[in-house]
Amino acid sequence: MQQISENHRRYWQKNLNITAVLLAIWFVVTFVVSYYARELSFNFFGWPFSFWMGAQGSLVIYCVIIWFYARYMGKLDIEHGVQESED
Amino acid sequence: MAGMFGSVDSNVSNSASKAAFKQNLNKVYKWYTGGFLIFVVVLAILEQMGLSRQWIGFIFLLATIGLYAGIGIMSRTNDAAEYYVAGRRVPAIYNGMATGADWMSAASFIGMAGTLYLTGYSGLAFIMGWTGGYCLVALFLAPYMRKFGQFTVPDFLGERYGGNLPRFIGIIAAILCSFTYVVAQIYGVGLITSRLTGVAFELGIFLGLGGILVCSFLGGMRAVTWTQVAQYIILIVAYMIPVVWLSIKQTSVPVPQAIYGFQLEKVTALEKKLTNDPKELEVREVFKQRSAALAEKLKDPANALAADRAAAEKKLADLKAANGAASEITAAEKALAGMPKDAAAATKAWTAAKAGADTKSRPLNGMPAHATQYAGDPNGDAAAQKAYDVSRRNFLALIFCLMVGTAALPHILMRYYTVPSVKEARESVSWSLFFIFLLYFTAPALAVLVKFEVFSVLIGTPMDQLPAWVAAWNKVDPTLLSVVDINKDGLMQLNEMSIGGDIVVLATPEIGGLPYVISGLVAAGGLAAALSTADGLLLTIANALSHDLYYKMIDPNASTARRVAISKTLLLVVALAAAYVAAQKPADILFLVSAAFSFAAAAFFPALTLGIFWKRATGIAASLGMVVGLGTTFYYMVTTQPWLRGIFGVTSPIQLWWDIQPISAGLFGVPAGFLVIILVSMVTPAPSKKVQELVEYVRYPNLKAS
Repeated sequence: MQQISENHRRYWQKNLNITAVLLAIWFVVTFVVSYYARELSFNFFGWPFSFWMGAQGSLVIYCVIIWFYARYMGKLDIEHGVQESED
Repeated sequence: MAGMFGSVDSNVSNSASKAAFKQNLNKVYKWYTGGFLIFVVVLAILEQMGLSRQWIGFIFLLATIGLYAGIGIMSRTNDAAEYYVAGRRVPAIYNGMATGADWMSAASFIGMAGTLYLTGYSGLAFIMGWTGGYCLVALFLAPYMRKFGQFTVPDFLGERYGGNLPRFIGIIAAILCSFTYVVAQIYGVGLITSRLTGVAFELGIFLGLGGILVCSFLGGMRAVTWTQVAQYIILIVAYMIPVVWLSIKQTSVPVPQAIYGFQLEKVTALEKKLTNDPKELEVREVFKQRSAALAEKLKDPANALAADRAAAEKKLADLKAANGAASEITAAEKALAGMPKDAAAATKAWTAAKAGADTKSRPLNGMPAHATQYAGDPNGDAAAQKAYDVSRRNFLALIFCLMVGTAALPHILMRYYTVPSVKEARESVSWSLFFIFLLYFTAPALAVLVKFEVFSVLIGTPMDQLPAWVAAWNKVDPTLLSVVDINKDGLMQLNEMSIGGDIVVLATPEIGGLPYVISGLVAAGGLAAALSTADGLLLTIANALSHDLYYKMIDPNASTARRVAISKTLLLVVALAAAYVAAQKPADILFLVSAAFSFAAAAFFPALTLGIFWKRATGIAASLGMVVGLGTTFYYMVTTQPWLRGIFGVTSPIQLWWDIQPISAGLFGVPAGFLVIILVSMVTPAPSKKVQELVEYVRYPNLKAS
């Protein structure tokens, strides 16, 4: 029978925390930057900054968010002993 | 050969054989990529030796479809785990590639750069929406769905929310969004096949359908996965070669993504010049007059039509009486025959013509300045301020719907059932987005480079000295590209050219002056994109019907072999139905694709995420939430979208909520779904202990370890 220990609760809480942080970054990059797109149109290597963010910057940040989450959770699994066995 | 992609009985559960399996895959796909490049080079040499264009098209079509069918035959299977989830042993990186191909449809491959070309900054909503959605997949769904470890999305709804009702609503929603989507893919297949080889559109559909079916019919998810990996490699190579070439040609830097900011600056400068160019103003004035004349006619269509007809009849009679040239008489007869039949038809035709003339009387052929964010002006008069607000609001709303829809499309979520572990599911989302990113951050570059080419090379060229590709594409399909010398100055102006978005990708090789074999390669890439998406979608529909409806709801005692057999039969039926609908060339196909995102977002996202993150969410609440979410979205679309209004006979005046376009109807459906699930859950009894344990189970990759 599965048993939820204090350890498990901490693991889940940390998961929720990192999810919230990454989601906040996602929100700012996507919606806040786009909302102020007209104001953020200073020249950035030729592109207006917000154009570059929409076309490349935000995409790179999305990739990093997902990559970081996978890495962080992989470590957290081991730290809290909930990783999958390698059999 | 049959064992190449892992045979049914081999037990790949320990890490050593897992590594060996992956190594074998690396080897296979390295050889495959090398072989494909050699194939292209050989074709290029043959072209130099005089192989005709049509033959190149045929060879590309047959070779690629044959290849996909071959992979299908090699990985044929009747085992349920293999058929539904590829045996759950697809390594993260390969599942990422397969998801990339599954994800990128004909619309991404062919349509996106064109949309960016035509709409500039506004088009970036698609770029951000269709990539940022993967953050939601990674953070909210993929790892938990993998831990749950069944076969389909309705499976999860059925187990988590208990009972057949949530599962059944899930089936309906999955079929609704997947079917509209698959029709668009098969339409794309028909279009590309007929362009590539010159066969009829309908025949093209069925040729492509053959390729889809051999693959998914024989091997289910297993065959589809390995085919999608192969298709991803073709489509990314096909997309990159012409863009890189165009970039070298314009800037002598082979990394278009890094350099096109400077091209964008030049485009912006050219836009300013063209807006005030006297020749352009001349052309725009002509269109303005045409629009005014049409407006005059529309005031009294019946009389205007009678006058037009009388004039045309008189002209024909005069020509005949004066013994005019035969060609002139035929033209006059044609003009007379082509007149609208009655006042209603005339009103319709003239309204459309007036809208066209209005667009063409605006600067830059009606396109917004490429780098300018949003229409209107926040510092202008009231109308300009409102235009700015509405345009910005719709941009954000569209991004929201595309993102949440991405995270809820069943054929994408299903892919994360196929990896070996939760850890690999997380990594796999990372790879998926990376492979999608490669194409998506190139598309805006392509749009700018093509725009620069058009502005700097085509504009001002004498009409009789235009590059050969202009005439060639005009002949293929005038809606894609047509050029008319409006002001009769013998030179080409921007507003004299009408361009369809799809041409931007398809004609790039010719714009860059590459040999025809690269055009064939690009078409093959588009075909790969459409076929791979169609494969995944058809499988989703067939599985929803055979696994969820038949096995889980009608006959739980059905044997594995019977379930797989039923799934295969259904696959055939659904594919034929989709091909039949696509062959009718339904009107607003692009709208249907985007609608699928709003539907998926409203139906699945609230129920799935709350099911994982909130133990208190109850079955009744989830069922109601899905119905309300889907219903709200559907209602808003039906009452506001012109084509759907026509179908459902809605005649009340269009009432937009906060000026949100119908394409983003999910903006209302998603919060409605969340709200209903939360409120109803509060007043219904908490889910059973068993369900709560299931939620705990999916939250931890391995609960028993400690």
